[in-house]
Amino acid sequence: MSAFTFDFLWYIVVITALIFYAVLDGFDLGVGCLHLFARNDNERRIFLNAIGPVWDGNEVWLVIVGGALFAGFPEAFATIFSSFYVFSMLLLFGLIFRAVSIEFRSKHGSKRWRKNWDIAFCCASVLIAFGTGLVLGNLIEGIPLDAHKDFIGNFLGFIRPYPILFGITTVTLFSMHGSIYLVMKTEGSLHQHLKQWVSKCIKTFIVCYFLLTLATFYFAPYMTARMREHPSLFLIPLAAVLIIFNIPRQMKKENNGWAFISSCLSILGLLSLFSIGTFPTLVRSSINPENYSLVISNSASSQMTLKILLTIVLIGIPLVLAYGTYVYRVFRGKVKLDDHSY
Amino acid sequence: MDAVLLSRVQFAFTSMFHYIYPPLSIGLGLMLVIMEGMYIKTKKPLYKEMTKFWAGVFSLTFALGVATGLVQVFGFGTNWATYSRYVGDVFGSALGAEGVFAFFLESGFLGLMLFGWNRVSARMHYFSTCMVALGAHFSAVWIVAANSWMQTPAGFKIMGEGAEARAVVTDFWQMVFNPSFLDRITHVVLGCWLAGIFLVLSISAYYYLKRRHTSFATESMKIGLIMSVIVLILQLCSADFTARGVAFNQPAKLAAMEGLYDTEGHAPLSLFGWVDTENQTVHGVKIPSLLSVLIYRNAETPVVGLKDIPIDERPPVQVVYQAYHLMIWMWGLMAIVTLCAIILWKKKRLLKAKWTLRVLTLSVMFPMIANQVGWVTAEVGRQPWLVYKLLRTVSGVSKSLVAGEVAWSLTMLFLIYMLLLVLFLYLLDRKIKHGPTSEKDKLSETAEVYRNPSI
Repeated sequence: MSAFTFDFLWYIVVITALIFYAVLDGFDLGVGCLHLFARNDNERRIFLNAIGPVWDGNEVWLVIVGGALFAGFPEAFATIFSSFYVFSMLLLFGLIFRAVSIEFRSKHGSKRWRKNWDIAFCCASVLIAFGTGLVLGNLIEGIPLDAHKDFIGNFLGFIRPYPILFGITTVTLFSMHGSIYLVMKTEGSLHQHLKQWVSKCIKTFIVCYFLLTLATFYFAPYMTARMREHPSLFLIPLAAVLIIFNIPRQMKKENNGWAFISSCLSILGLLSLFSIGTFPTLVRSSINPENYSLVISNSASSQMTLKILLTIVLIGIPLVLAYGTYVYRVFRGKVKLDDHSY
Repeated sequence: MDAVLLSRVQFAFTSMFHYIYPPLSIGLGLMLVIMEGMYIKTKKPLYKEMTKFWAGVFSLTFALGVATGLVQVFGFGTNWATYSRYVGDVFGSALGAEGVFAFFLESGFLGLMLFGWNRVSARMHYFSTCMVALGAHFSAVWIVAANSWMQTPAGFKIMGEGAEARAVVTDFWQMVFNPSFLDRITHVVLGCWLAGIFLVLSISAYYYLKRRHTSFATESMKIGLIMSVIVLILQLCSADFTARGVAFNQPAKLAAMEGLYDTEGHAPLSLFGWVDTENQTVHGVKIPSLLSVLIYRNAETPVVGLKDIPIDERPPVQVVYQAYHLMIWMWGLMAIVTLCAIILWKKKRLLKAKWTLRVLTLSVMFPMIANQVGWVTAEVGRQPWLVYKLLRTVSGVSKSLVAGEVAWSLTMLFLIYMLLLVLFLYLLDRKIKHGPTSEKDKLSETAEVYRNPSI
């Protein structure tokens, strides 16, 4: 096999991990974004217990995305995290507070204690969703990398209209995803109440998505170049749009499961568009996109390491998926609070 | 302060804070496997009660371990970009294996272990507990493999020069099983087990002192004391292997650990003292020849001293010396307190032995301190190298770092971590004071903190 093939396969692994992260942690981040809108403590507990047994497994996918970059594309890993220093740290603070607020909240009954952790949990979830979107938006628009692939800007340079819009869209996407998940996991009056949220979330997301598409044409027109070369790729955005519009349709027909699957597929479609547009670039240089960018071939590990990594993934991931599916099956169905609950 | 020094302080601080939790998870993981194993075997509700109580403590330490562990992974990229590029090829595969084999196992089954009591069979639940413990151990395996590679690099070649130089894997298994790996993983895991064992002992002793939950405490104490004896003996053997390995692989580190300046036969073993860096000697109590005997099994063989190591390749001696000796004294304290407790246990006087119980309550600190200073010895002893003999620490830092940004992140991390520590101790304290929930008494089971917050 040629060198290109191993780099390419590992790129597929990284993108797949990113998709798994967005689909899985997406819904629990979304639940977090909506957490403060719950009407009382009991509803909040149902929210937390809906994601309780699975959220940390979902978050591991973020570690996998980071680890996969570190292992397969160390140049890109080093550049991304050192360039986005301040945002990486903010993201970390968000992840820390989210993890501990889920764990800590239930350990004490006082109203103020719970309220503070509720706020921490919600803010951290929004921060993570927004931050992830902001970083992806910046990667699309490009960051100032010089000839040595060193970052020469500062963090204020990341706060631009396109990445901000990308961040907001991510928050709305995850909120929609999370609200559908909650509808699946609840019953009774909360279930009915949540359905209204879903339709609000869907509408907001569709507006943001539309604006983001226009913004992409304006700020990063290169994103469509590959599709214009291979017109058959236009099927993907078309499919994505159809899937997104399928969500409200399924909700109306009370097929909550199918609505959730559509929501998962729409995230898959959007991230596919991201990778089709940016491939083979991992970090785009805004100074000289042609020569200074980090692409998969100039940032990959050695062939030997990539082979080892692919072996690890081939052995490990089927196991991960098998017991991951098992855990989801054990905890399927509506949330019932018992003495082991948060 | 410049960005390099700040980054070093930040990494040291976040690592040390992180390392409060993984040893507790790994050690408690082992204890949970034993306790739930007893439950499966004997079907006594007391063991189920114990498993549930310690699983609750486990979930608290696990949450903090994950939260602070993320900072470690990202820390390589944010502050040590040059290092990440240099070792990415090697470190990456170990870290990748950790993610795929360890984290998923641990976090996947943790949900089942904590919330699955009423949803899966007893055997399946026990299987989940074993998988959680296994995941915690796997995680240690890969991290120590990567760290050992930094101490004793193997199975690689250097490609490129200067800023473009990269370590590239040539043999995966040689890289993982580098010369110091087996010694160090054994030493680290045993240290973690001690952390878990002494947490159990400490809380049981507290219940003894307060005369609460005594049957629960007795059973926990019994398991804890038996395990403590076994693991302390194993740790002594492991210490011997590890120190001899250090002498062969990293003579500068061993010389600093012992404060040995002159290369000579009949090298003495220093018990405690103060390093006089100016006059290049140690003031303190030494046993003649013992170091040569311990390392080479022969009093005549000379041990390399710091004077034979170039000045710019010597680690900071005082820190390494004191950290190393503190670790050994902590082992001594654990051995003494275990011995006292067992003697009193045999004479059936432990329940009344106030002072032993008080020391035993504090004993959770001993392995904790030993683990911390043990890593200080390992990491400071490797200085000035980041990767031994290949990459200096000053060269590993990110080029785009701004001192102000690092100062900001360090301050924030410090404040957040202090908050976390206070909350962790507060919740642990609450959990301990609340105590285990009796399995026999179904009424009180529904009255757990979750259900009825007023308790």
